[in-house]
Amino acid sequence: MNIPYDVIVIGGGVVGCLTARALSRYQLRVLLLERGADVCSGTSKANTAIIHAGYDAKPGSLKARLNVAGNRMYAQLCEELGVLSERHGTYVVAMADEELRTLEELRERGKQNGVPGLSIISGSRMLQAEPLLNPQARAALYAETGGIVDPFMMTIAAAENAVTNGVTVMLETEVTDLERQDGRISGVRTDSGVFSSRFVVNACGVYADTIMAQAGLTGFRIKPRKGEYYVFDREKSRVRQVLFPCPTPVSKGIVVTPTSHGNTLIGPNAEDTESRDDIVVTKQGLDEVFSGAQRLVPSLDKRDVIAVFAGLRAAGSSGDFWIDAPAEAPGLVNVAGIESPGFTAAPAIAEYVVDLLRECGLPLVPNRAFNPERKPAPHFSELSHTQQQELIAKDPRYGRIVCRCEMVTEGEIVAAIHAPVPALTYDALKRRTRLGAGRCQGGFDTPRVINILARELQVAATAVTKRGFGSELVRRKTKDIGTGGMGE
Amino acid sequence: MAVIGGGPGGLAAAVAARERGAERVLVIERAEELGGILQQCIHNGFGLEALGRDLPGPAYAQHFVNRAHETGVQTLLDTMVLEITPQRRIYATNSRQGVIELCAGAVVFGMGCRERTRGALAIPGTRPAGVFTAGTAQRLVNIEGYMPGRRFVILGSGDIGMIMARRLTLEGARVERVLEIMPYLSGLKRNWVQCLQDFHIPLQLSRTVLEIRGTQRVEAVVSVAVDDRMLPIAGTEETIPCDTLLLSVGLIPENELSRRVGIALDPLTAGPIVDEGMGTSVPGFYAAGNVVHVYDLVDWVTLAGEVAGRSAADYIAGRVRPAVHRLRTCAGENVRYVVPQWLDPESLALGAQQLQLRVRRPVEEKVKVVVTADGVEIAHKTERYVRPGEMVTVKLAPELCESLRSAQELQVSVLKP
Ligand SMILES: Cc1cc2nc3c(=O)[nH]c(=O)nc-3n(C[C@H](O)[C@H](O)[C@H](O)COP(=O)(O)OP(=O)(O)OC[C@H]3O[C@@H](n4cnc5c(N)ncnc54)[C@H](O)[C@@H]3O)c2cc1C
Ligand SMILES: Cc1cc2nc3c(=O)[nH]c(=O)nc-3n(C[C@H](O)[C@H](O)[C@H](O)COP(=O)(O)OP(=O)(O)OC[C@H]3O[C@@H](n4cnc5c(N)ncnc54)[C@H](O)[C@@H]3O)c2cc1C
Repeated sequence: MNIPYDVIVIGGGVVGCLTARALSRYQLRVLLLERGADVCSGTSKANTAIIHAGYDAKPGSLKARLNVAGNRMYAQLCEELGVLSERHGTYVVAMADEELRTLEELRERGKQNGVPGLSIISGSRMLQAEPLLNPQARAALYAETGGIVDPFMMTIAAAENAVTNGVTVMLETEVTDLERQDGRISGVRTDSGVFSSRFVVNACGVYADTIMAQAGLTGFRIKPRKGEYYVFDREKSRVRQVLFPCPTPVSKGIVVTPTSHGNTLIGPNAEDTESRDDIVVTKQGLDEVFSGAQRLVPSLDKRDVIAVFAGLRAAGSSGDFWIDAPAEAPGLVNVAGIESPGFTAAPAIAEYVVDLLRECGLPLVPNRAFNPERKPAPHFSELSHTQQQELIAKDPRYGRIVCRCEMVTEGEIVAAIHAPVPALTYDALKRRTRLGAGRCQGGFDTPRVINILARELQVAATAVTKRGFGSELVRRKTKDIGTGGMGE
Repeated sequence: MAVIGGGPGGLAAAVAARERGAERVLVIERAEELGGILQQCIHNGFGLEALGRDLPGPAYAQHFVNRAHETGVQTLLDTMVLEITPQRRIYATNSRQGVIELCAGAVVFGMGCRERTRGALAIPGTRPAGVFTAGTAQRLVNIEGYMPGRRFVILGSGDIGMIMARRLTLEGARVERVLEIMPYLSGLKRNWVQCLQDFHIPLQLSRTVLEIRGTQRVEAVVSVAVDDRMLPIAGTEETIPCDTLLLSVGLIPENELSRRVGIALDPLTAGPIVDEGMGTSVPGFYAAGNVVHVYDLVDWVTLAGEVAGRSAADYIAGRVRPAVHRLRTCAGENVRYVVPQWLDPESLALGAQQLQLRVRRPVEEKVKVVVTADGVEIAHKTERYVRPGEMVTVKLAPELCESLRSAQELQVSVLKP
């Protein structure tokens, strides 16, 4: 049969992709399996994308340790992978005198967690930093090491860099069971066949405990908790700073933050849900988000909203990250319960997993050819006119604008379709190029992108999807009524 | 003169400028052909007012494309304008020449408008494939030749939505409902008759979409009745199985370029604040067509485009004297907005002027449209009815010039007799 892999990573979220990349530093055969039509299909695509400083988590917890460690790794990582991030710090704002105590508690907790650069600043300094803030602000905890990142590109770039360094990525491949041999986990069964390996890393996000259950591990359960968001038109509302309200015992509260592309993002609320696929946006949820955010920034206007979405926290029964190589299931490494600050912690989680695998006996021989750098694809709208000119001279398709709001060119789209982790769907292109992510939300570009995808992938337009099988964008050709047109 | 956008507004401006003596007139259009949104409007109903003929959209457009060629208008197609400076330096790009830099003596904006989206409405539910704006669906069907779905629900009774309801039915699809949150139609009555009633497509007023269902593709939408504050009424939900939701919930003038030049925009129209010559707040910049406000008929777009083109030509020739005194126009009883927002009374010395407006609420009986100057009635007309979907025009006669010289503000109201 097929040659076994050294490691199979299940789940192409930020954790799985960074883990695969960390493993590609060594001479290993690594396979990354993702059930979605693209990496970054789960929680990693729907979160607040803040690089947390690390003052939130309980001192001594794995969350606290890996948050602070991950935060320290971000600058270099973004540099190497060519991912947008901004490190202008973050603020927790106290709106009433009673909340000043909370700021001090957070600062104290931060110190215990080893977070550098925490200070409490006055309301007036806070207002200087963020003129849109509610003028009633009393004071704020400023965390110098906080920031924001482009969550899509961090995840995708990690996967691309892993592929460049020899990792195999398979999309639309769902793990349905674990394989066992001689008392060890020896591979996975998927909807496209069985793959064997010496180790399996379970990085399945909200589904991680279902994989654990397949290995007979029931000591840890995930209860998904939903968070909903609004995105604003960047031409209209533009906050400059990452603003948290004072936290409550259940949540860090409704945040108002810029995204790495300059849109204002508000959310999330926190709502327990039964389903692991429940990313349904509700009226109640959105109302809660809006009124929460307005307390921080009163000028927010619903007319400037361009999108709403929801993401699921993988809230675990232990209250902490659950990362282990259980004795009951040798060969398996679980990376579960990776809720916030999981995005921040992800680079450190990846190293932690590599260490666990080493301890379990996986020989790690450095891969001399490993190249940590990924050259980001050019974004036409971010270039100077001279650079734009040079690009068009090389490839005329960079002169044709396909998405008018975000100024995305055909050249960028074609490059993304043929990248190391190919963009095969409309949504995959959106995450890489920002097409359809602006004011008109794809109204203008959709017909054009369908044609480009069909041409480049050599499929019929009716096979082009939004996010994989079942999400086809058009049904049939016009006049083609004979073949099941009326349907129902 | 440079015209940004080769739709009917931009083309009319270009032709009128040539006829007024502007020598070098260039239309820059991002599509591969001229005609703007009309190229996808293959239904008829265009040209009744401006040409006295009932034409399909592309034929109406072609009439003005021909006029442009006859009058020597130059065109730059498949070219997107990226940026314009207040000094009228224009940066554009295409795949043949790369980034182009041009300098214009006057600029006419003719970028048209875009559609409001699901995001702008924040409709709850899942985010599957199968949610399109009506105009996107129109392009898919009429230009690309693809059907976006089989069973449709259309939200919003705008004209594009109603026209698409008919079009999709003719292509073999089922249109289950047209839902309208307001208690009245938002598009033209004739489209309701010709596109919905004639095809037995139910229009439900005072209902909206509460939720979108489906994981990969739309599987159903839940509709709900709303009360007079537009809040959902519990117990009136209906789940309508369908695979596509089309949105026809409004058009927004496309003013990203104008905004970046620093042109003052009117929050009510979402277009530039203009004077009677379609001049904007920055000298040398004019606006033509739906970029100013959303017109109900393309014929008015053509006429307004001609005004903009003539003014721009006059500006280039140095024939424009800055107004010494301008009247502000404003919306009174049952009026949503009035265009133009500024009026130079001296312009009346050269001929009659028009004010165009949209009402807030429909009135299905005779109404009086009244124009007052600082509170004193100066003009009025009666209309058999008024509807938000249909614009109202009032003429100001040249004789008013004298009496308006000392006035400050013109107000337009629509009153029940
Ligand atoms: C509302 C919210 C806000 C947050 N804000 C922040 C923040 O500001 N800062 C921060 O640091 N963190 C934040 N987080 C946390 C962060 O987003 C997550 O910790 C992180 O994205 C988790 O990544 P992951 O790779 O574990 O999971 P995911 O991104 O969910 O990846 C798991 C992947 O596994 C795939 N998969 C599942 N089952 C299978 C299977 N059987 N076979 C194959 N593939 C499978 C899924 O399709 C998915 O792509 C937030 C989370 C939420 C929900
Ligand atoms: C679907 C639909 C149905 C309609 N039905 C009717 C009807 O039945 N009867 C009727 O009388 N009217 C109808 N109308 C109204 C009429 O079509 C419009 O009022 C008219 O087309 C507006 O003309 P315009 O020139 O302002 O805009 P558009 O026709 O939209 O033209 C704008 C042009 O500008 C170009 N452009 C924009 N930005 C740039 C840039 N940065 N660089 C270069 N080019 C740019 C665009 O590509 C476009 O070609 C309908 C409108 C629509 C949308």
